[in-house]
Amino acid sequence: MSTDPETPAISDARRTDFAIIAKMVQKDSRVLDVGCGDGTLLTLLSQSHDIDGRGIEISQEGVNACVAGGLSVIQGDANTDLSTYPDQAFDYVILSQTIQATRNPDRILAQLLRIGRRAIVSFPNFGHWKVRAYLTVMGRMPVTETMPQTWFDTPNIHYCTISDFSELCKATEVEIEQAVALDVSGKELNLGKSIWWANLLGEQAVFLLKR
Amino acid sequence: MANSLSFVAARRELTASETDREPTSAQTARVKALQSAETAAAMSGRTVTFGPGEPLKLASGKSLSPLTIAYQTYGTLNADKSNAILICHALTGDQFVTDTHPVTGRAGWWSEMVGPGKSVDLDRFFVICADVVGGCMGSTGPSSINPETGVPYALEFPVITIADMVRAQAMLIDQLGIDQLFCVMGGSMGGMQVLQWAASFPTRVFSAIPIATAARHSSQNIAFHEVGRQAVMADPNWRQGRYLIEDTRPEKGLSVARMAAHITYLSEEVLHRKFGRNFQDRDAPTFSFDADFQVESYLRYQGSSFVDRFDANSYLYLTRTMDYFDLAADHEGVLANAFSGTKTRFCCVSFTSDWLFPTAGNRHIVHALNAVAANVSFVEVSSDKGHDAFLLVEPELFAAVSGFLGAAARRRGLSPAKSGI
Repeated sequence: MSTDPETPAISDARRTDFAIIAKMVQKDSRVLDVGCGDGTLLTLLSQSHDIDGRGIEISQEGVNACVAGGLSVIQGDANTDLSTYPDQAFDYVILSQTIQATRNPDRILAQLLRIGRRAIVSFPNFGHWKVRAYLTVMGRMPVTETMPQTWFDTPNIHYCTISDFSELCKATEVEIEQAVALDVSGKELNLGKSIWWANLLGEQAVFLLKR
Repeated sequence: MANSLSFVAARRELTASETDREPTSAQTARVKALQSAETAAAMSGRTVTFGPGEPLKLASGKSLSPLTIAYQTYGTLNADKSNAILICHALTGDQFVTDTHPVTGRAGWWSEMVGPGKSVDLDRFFVICADVVGGCMGSTGPSSINPETGVPYALEFPVITIADMVRAQAMLIDQLGIDQLFCVMGGSMGGMQVLQWAASFPTRVFSAIPIATAARHSSQNIAFHEVGRQAVMADPNWRQGRYLIEDTRPEKGLSVARMAAHITYLSEEVLHRKFGRNFQDRDAPTFSFDADFQVESYLRYQGSSFVDRFDANSYLYLTRTMDYFDLAADHEGVLANAFSGTKTRFCCVSFTSDWLFPTAGNRHIVHALNAVAANVSFVEVSSDKGHDAFLLVEPELFAAVSGFLGAAARRRGLSPAKSGI
């Protein structure tokens, strides 16, 4: 899933979280990348972690590029196709910069943790100070580097903040094993355990979750 | 290679004997062409025969013996026999994948896909393709001699299934001393065989490429097949299937069957693009039932050329194998059960304009494979050419196949270099 072919979202920004995701994944594990795009992350993890990797991607071009490159990827939609996978089939199910584009993020999160022993979810933080300032000062929906589209053409229909996402985890009894906030340059922010500061200063976040 | 040399020699003989012939009429020529089809296959290809001690046990409860399988091989089998790809042909295909067809003289049906340096790289892989049981290019079928009567089987030939075809292929693979196939691939009816292989012999299939196919034949597709069969049977020359014995041929019926079927292999878009409403060699309608339109002329040609190379009873039997195919039905009604525990790597392919084996049916296979956490890729190729696209030059198809085979070969530890000369 991830992007509508006509509105390619968050192309460069999404790659900055890959390094953090790679640190969370153990070697030789079974990984499903939901919304794998052109397969960059799967290729990276195959090379560095020797994973048994699979992908789902909504755009036909993305899928065809992945398969031609030797990756095991199917054309499918995260909103509907995750239900076809059995329980606990993967060590990690990754949803990179995609949850905000799904129809029902809560149901998707539940599916991720049904299919995988662990889920890794990364998303742009709508609570970042720049976003808050943009909305407060301009009075308009923010357009930033990680959120490059205007409100009417964005595939991202369910923006959330780091605090919102943490709350969803708590409410649905999902354990946060690790949460990393990244600054504008994609560097890890060292803020201890303060969600308040992470929510203000993190431009995007990567969560390692388990049930 | 000795094999290809003998093939060329055999083909020359065939050409020579055909030029010597003086057909008294077009019909005689066609009869002879059909009769020569089996001979040609036998002359130019390889065959293996399983005697009375090794009957093919059929799903119907009957058994078939003796059983001859006509097959072709391409490329070189490596020392540990790990680079073999079995290609399963479609309804009216045959074992001549890349070399010149002995009857039509045309290039093999998948010469764009298979060859040195192509997607199925003959510098790297050893390809096997066998005429299916029930076929008419050298393998035992309804036109073969029934040892009990001394005349062609005709309708005495037992009804066979996709699973029967696959068991026969497994006998051939045993005969070749190959434990595990590196890949089994094919489109349409060939794709059904691929799925059956993966379900029946999971440990013998390292990877599988089912293309433009379905895990069960749809009601609509059974309906089309029934039209075709009824067209054959309505031809007075069909003679209750005994036409070979009575020396006639149901050419009209088979030709109509092919015309109807051929429409289902295309798409409205491609028919419009190729022919539109254009007239054939005329500027205005003739107010008759001549082939005024190009599309009529094209279909008539497709029908009449088909009867030169295909046996009518084979057509009845092979369409029936597809009708009976329902892989889930053999596994408690749950398709995923057919693949439980599979280690096979799958690559499913469909085409956007294929309405005979639409993407939804192929996706159904993918979902069943997902349900058992199988290693599966799925590519939907954009094409306006309908079901036939799998036989044509489709760069996205070729890229998917070569990418998938390359990755599977790395997993299997096959050397990327030439396997031998």
